[in-house]
Amino acid sequence: MNLLEILNLDISFPGRAGRVQASYGANLEIKQGEVLCLVGESGCGKTILALSIMGLLPQNARINGKILFNGQNLFSLQKKEMRKIRGREIAMIFEQPASCLNPVLGVGEQIAEAIRIHENCSRKVSRKRAVDMMGLVGIPSPHRRYCQYPHEFSGGMAQRVMIAMALVFRPLLLIADEPTTALDVTIQAQILDLLESLITQFNTALLLITHDLCVAARMGNRVAVMYAGGIVEKGQLNDVFKAPGHPYTQALVKAASNEGLVSIPESTELSLLNSGCWFHLRCPLAQEICTQKMPKMQGGVCCHLC
Amino acid sequence: MKGTGDTMIDIVLTFRRDRLAVFGTAILCLLTLIALLAPYIAPYDPVELNLSQRLLSPNIEHLMGTDSVGRDILSRIIYGTRTSLMISVVVVIIEVVFGVLVGTAAGYLGRAADEILMRLVDILLAFPGIILTIVIVGLLGSSVMNLIIALTAVGWVGYARVVRGSILSIKKELFIESARAIGCSKLRIATHHILPNIISPVIVLATMNMGTIIISIAGLSFLGLGVQAPTPEWGIMLNEGKPFMESAPHLMIFPGLMIMVTVLAFNFLGDGLRDVLDIKTIIGS
Amino acid sequence: MAKFIALRLALTMVIMLGAAVLSFSLLTLAPGNPAEAILSAERADDPRLEEMEIFMEQHGLNNSMLVRMSQWFRMLGRGDLGTSLKTGEPVAAELWARFPATIELALVSMFLAVFIALPLGIVSAVKQNSILDHVVRFIALGGVSMPNFWLGLLLILFFGVFLGWFPTYGYGSTPHLILPALTLGTGMTAILMRLQRASMLEVLNENYIRTARAKGLNEWRVIGKHAFRNTLIPVVTIIGIQFAHLLSGVVIVEQVFAWPGIGHFLIDSINARDYPVIQGFVLIIAFFFVLTNLVVDVLYAFLDPRIRYEGNR
Repeated sequence: MNLLEILNLDISFPGRAGRVQASYGANLEIKQGEVLCLVGESGCGKTILALSIMGLLPQNARINGKILFNGQNLFSLQKKEMRKIRGREIAMIFEQPASCLNPVLGVGEQIAEAIRIHENCSRKVSRKRAVDMMGLVGIPSPHRRYCQYPHEFSGGMAQRVMIAMALVFRPLLLIADEPTTALDVTIQAQILDLLESLITQFNTALLLITHDLCVAARMGNRVAVMYAGGIVEKGQLNDVFKAPGHPYTQALVKAASNEGLVSIPESTELSLLNSGCWFHLRCPLAQEICTQKMPKMQGGVCCHLC
Repeated sequence: MKGTGDTMIDIVLTFRRDRLAVFGTAILCLLTLIALLAPYIAPYDPVELNLSQRLLSPNIEHLMGTDSVGRDILSRIIYGTRTSLMISVVVVIIEVVFGVLVGTAAGYLGRAADEILMRLVDILLAFPGIILTIVIVGLLGSSVMNLIIALTAVGWVGYARVVRGSILSIKKELFIESARAIGCSKLRIATHHILPNIISPVIVLATMNMGTIIISIAGLSFLGLGVQAPTPEWGIMLNEGKPFMESAPHLMIFPGLMIMVTVLAFNFLGDGLRDVLDIKTIIGS
Repeated sequence: MAKFIALRLALTMVIMLGAAVLSFSLLTLAPGNPAEAILSAERADDPRLEEMEIFMEQHGLNNSMLVRMSQWFRMLGRGDLGTSLKTGEPVAAELWARFPATIELALVSMFLAVFIALPLGIVSAVKQNSILDHVVRFIALGGVSMPNFWLGLLLILFFGVFLGWFPTYGYGSTPHLILPALTLGTGMTAILMRLQRASMLEVLNENYIRTARAKGLNEWRVIGKHAFRNTLIPVVTIIGIQFAHLLSGVVIVEQVFAWPGIGHFLIDSINARDYPVIQGFVLIIAFFFVLTNLVVDVLYAFLDPRIRYEGNR
């Protein structure tokens, strides 16, 4: 059985010129322990998708569809029940880790707090567990650094703290939204190594969101390519990157590989797409049918012509 | 870049969407008109005594009633608008000029000049504004001139700090470097690049400040310092109305209402300006 | 942290020194002859020249500026603020006697303001654009635009005269405090409400609030523990500054309510041309103002760990 199943997820927001659709009938599956990479350009809706899994979308979002976690529809849960799952069974880490930590609280306390909330243990116990976890993620002298404040941590160290916070309960699913984008290249590799070793150790599934195909290639088993709120292609990572089916994926792979920079024509505003395939305005292969009907996912590719 | 025609249109359009700000501007225009046309629209002479008509409630002949010596309150309010607005405008202009000069000197010349000037500012700021104003007027004697002196002596400080702050942050901005690299003279940099970016926070501050100044003027006059009777001024009218609070409350309700409406209008305008200009200012906040 | 406080203290000393000079110099603004002013206030006819001379000698008003200024500083060193020209009592004693009434009023006003404004500001931000939010913003805007002496008069009219619930002037029991405290506190309440709301709105958009929610914390804990402490940084600063401003707003409010505090005393002294009192008053107020700012700065550093360390670099 799949750990996480997203079924026909539609998410829309009120915008200046009508509603903006951030997700069109998204379908996604993640198995226990596997790594699924969600790739796409900035603004294509990857983060919104992730936040919807966590139940952290703003109040004005209108949602249709289901997200099944271990068979349970997350949208049908009460707030209290969702809070129990959040941080404990599904955890998330974000981009720009330094800004994700409360500047006026000690770093260790922020980890310990999560422990106390979910497990109702004493300050002493939670502190010990937090220190242990900090050591596990590779923070040197965790006892001393427990009391320090976020501004005393570098970007890479801050992300380690976030990882500690997220994985302290050995969650079933970790969502990582562009975890290394804001970091130096050398630090990126370290963080990715850390993530890899920990999720293998804990058998945690990982939904890795990134716009960097190299990162995806390094980490993932499977990949889903997203464009303008729709998932245009998904499948085994090696297969998709070696022989991409959808025109968009093809362009992405070409751009990322050594065949030189291939430009994809100007990007579109999400709200301008009314009908048809999301990509038709930029697709070199677009036909009449592409402007009228939304294609269905067949064999892992969502396209009329493939 | 600020100052081009396009940006101006943008500013005006964004401003128009803020209904409160537009409302405030409308009120202020109305008040300015009243102030300018006072001699023509006031139904009666504001200082003429008429003891047979004392303490009348608002009626057809006297829309706001009469005060303790029979003067028409509406006319006094109209002339009071003139008094308040004129004094405040003078005060703000002097404060801005002085504050911008000092602030620019501190920000641009840097180091020693900055330190000295800012210490001076700090010393002035050691005294709460109103108290210093009251004391200065109290010592110099009650008159409009002394009121203006007292208010400006205390108020210029805010502008100096704002201007200095803006200059210090602009100095670090990259576009100054590039301007110098192209070969702009120091003067040109000052006028074309620095000045436009100082103007918006100064304008916002000035607008909000007008409200405070009007309340200060009224307050000081209320205390008997500043504008002297029989000049019509809202604060004086409040003071005069105080003993008759029970029997003739309208004496103090109308002047107070005018003060509040005027200050509200300035605050609406200031809020709106701040929202609009913040987007356009290159420094931002 | 200690280094930070020491630095600020040193700066405060310098400012107080300057303030002392300034408060002395204020006296030179007074036009005319103080002897003439005081003496003529006491009797119907003009004082004779010899009388004025004697008066000037007695009070050392004949000496040069520098001499008088050094005299002033020497007095300050002893804690002596001079003697009231009107009552003959030491200025320090006169001020001290009236101080408690003013402090009482100021503190009560401040507490009222803080306990009304902060919760309302928080709720207003959390339930943005709700009816409560609009009401709060409306009151805040009104409070800032209303002259507090007018509000005082209105409160007297309504609660004191029409309803008769509270006494309208004078000093004594708790009911006497209510109307003046409400009047004095309104401006501060309005400003604080706006600020708390703005600060909270800003903080709620920060990334670390999203993290807190992602950890599974319930919303009230997120607001109370994570958000609120971050909003305090600007809010506390303003509370401090506003308290100092309360001390000056007190002057007008005490007039309106005939409250026997130092503000009232100042106005009386100005009308009586009692210069030593005015001089002493200005200095004392400056002292408290500067002290309040210092306390606020230290509190600020305490609340925001980032500031503490900047002093050490």
